[in-house]
Amino acid sequence: MAGTSGGREGLDAHVVATRGTFGVDVTVRAAPGEVLAVLGPNGSGKTTVLHALAGLLPLEEGHVHVGGRTWAGPQHALDPASRRTGLLLADHLLFPHLTAAGNVGFGPRARGMPGTAVAERVTTELAALGIADLADRRPGGLSHGQAQRVALARALATDPHLLLLDEPLAALDPATRTDVRATLAHRLAAYDGVTVLVTHDPLDALTLADRLVFLESGRVVQEGTPSEVVDRPRSRYVAQVVGLNLYAGNATAVDTVLTALGPVVTPGFAHVGATWVAFAPSAVSLFPERPEGSPRNTWPLTVAAVELLGRLARVRLVDGAGHPVVAEVTAASVTALRLHPGTTVWAAVKASEVTAYPA
Amino acid sequence: MSIDSRPASAGVASPLRSRTSLIVPAAVGVALVVVPLTALLLRADWAALPQHLAAPTVWPAVRLSLVTTTTTVLISLLVGTPLAWLLARATGRAATWLRAVLTVPLVLPPVVGGVALLLAYGRNGVVGAPLDEILGVTIPFTPVAVVLAEVFVAMPFYVVAVEGAMRQVDRRYDALAATLGASPWHTFARVAVPLATPGIAAGAALAWARALGEFGATITFAGNFVGTTQTAPLAVYTALEQDPEAAIALSVVMLTVSVVVLGALRGRWVR
Repeated sequence: MAGTSGGREGLDAHVVATRGTFGVDVTVRAAPGEVLAVLGPNGSGKTTVLHALAGLLPLEEGHVHVGGRTWAGPQHALDPASRRTGLLLADHLLFPHLTAAGNVGFGPRARGMPGTAVAERVTTELAALGIADLADRRPGGLSHGQAQRVALARALATDPHLLLLDEPLAALDPATRTDVRATLAHRLAAYDGVTVLVTHDPLDALTLADRLVFLESGRVVQEGTPSEVVDRPRSRYVAQVVGLNLYAGNATAVDTVLTALGPVVTPGFAHVGATWVAFAPSAVSLFPERPEGSPRNTWPLTVAAVELLGRLARVRLVDGAGHPVVAEVTAASVTALRLHPGTTVWAAVKASEVTAYPA
Repeated sequence: MSIDSRPASAGVASPLRSRTSLIVPAAVGVALVVVPLTALLLRADWAALPQHLAAPTVWPAVRLSLVTTTTTVLISLLVGTPLAWLLARATGRAATWLRAVLTVPLVLPPVVGGVALLLAYGRNGVVGAPLDEILGVTIPFTPVAVVLAEVFVAMPFYVVAVEGAMRQVDRRYDALAATLGASPWHTFARVAVPLATPGIAAGAALAWARALGEFGATITFAGNFVGTTQTAPLAVYTALEQDPEAAIALSVVMLTVSVVVLGALRGRWVR
């Protein structure tokens, strides 16, 4: 029964909607079985898009096609109850007056499934998530992780063509989050509908998603597979999520890109015009004096903050105009260079460590 | 007088005097409520209570009160619960106005309510006249009129209490139920009502108590006929002239019932 017509044609949506004074205009597409992660800073419109897909927020323009059916278009829009969506929020929002089984069976029952079939469906779904023993518990007697699994079972029990997960792990403590993430990954692998996962946690996106869409101010700023995005971020937010230093620049001559930090040497880069320049924090070396020798990019910077992560340290630096550079150095060099907020150092990045790509 | 700028430690008399000046009006307030209740209990002829309750007008009045107040609560549950849910989720001007109109009977003198009911359902009333002409049905001075009067004054209490309880139901439950395929009716019946059950029970008890005490609208609109429209409060009022002991006995019974209802509410749903 699960996903008999499972959204064979996947998701194709163009969402133009307004919430308050904030508007989004976003196109999302995904094939059946695919997990699409939507990332973005707070207020970028992630949840607005999700609500529009679910039918909880009307479209002003655009369309939502799922599994070959039109859920919303220029002429008509289905109400939320007539769409086949499953919704899971950070807060499990289990109905407190129903047992776990009652919660999972709520959707099938509301859709008119006969009682014995509902009981069977509930048992299957709870078993699929490894929580069959929780069936008779009320939400008050469940841990956060258990409750979130029951909520996932409830969302899937109606065999939705579109599964909408809004920060599903955000409210869990770190240990539970790892467990529930594993359950989610396992269950999603067997799910043949489209999943849209809204998150601000890069780990969720990289471990659960097949494709990523980044939103900023209600617009898509980048999309692609995790590896495409990790290799070539195209906005400061994306770069921050994947942990790279990123600068917009202008390639004026072969091998050189003018950026806010100054000219950056990138051997072999022949493009002329708008360009992104990226390098990893681990590619940044710090020196007390200006280093001599090999073709390096060097900048005098001031330390803004130092964070220790085990034997490594993340050093946040700024240039005279406040442009940030993140460096990752050993804890030993923090001591040797006496790095603390206010220290002035020279940062160097080997030209071969710099990636440049047309904007 | 006793509020001055000196710290409390400056004199023992000062806080004592200031507390006295609070206790005196408070005690007067308590006395105004407690003295009449005590008087009723003191003057009741407890030994003869069963005998007085056996007076011919008492039982029909009690029975009529039980039947009409129960009917009033059932009507409130049936039509007042969906109304409360719609109001709890309504936004906009129309809902604000509707809420205000429904609150009018809470503050309206019941006699005025009785006059309004008469003008609506009376033999020459807006609804009553065509009802009489076409169907030959007359409402005033029947038990139906008693119920209409009680619903008019009591249902608003129910709706206000239940709407308050239903507003507390997280709106995200509505959205979630909808994505699970629940129709608005299913969401109402399976989510809103179960989650608002304490409020519904409290509202029903409030409405029942208000209906039980209804006097002004009933006597104006339904009259005071033994067996058909004379409810317990009307029987008390009537008996006070002819058979004061029966009136006192019936009053004690109603006081007891009210206290029991209040006690049940306090225990479970009212802090």
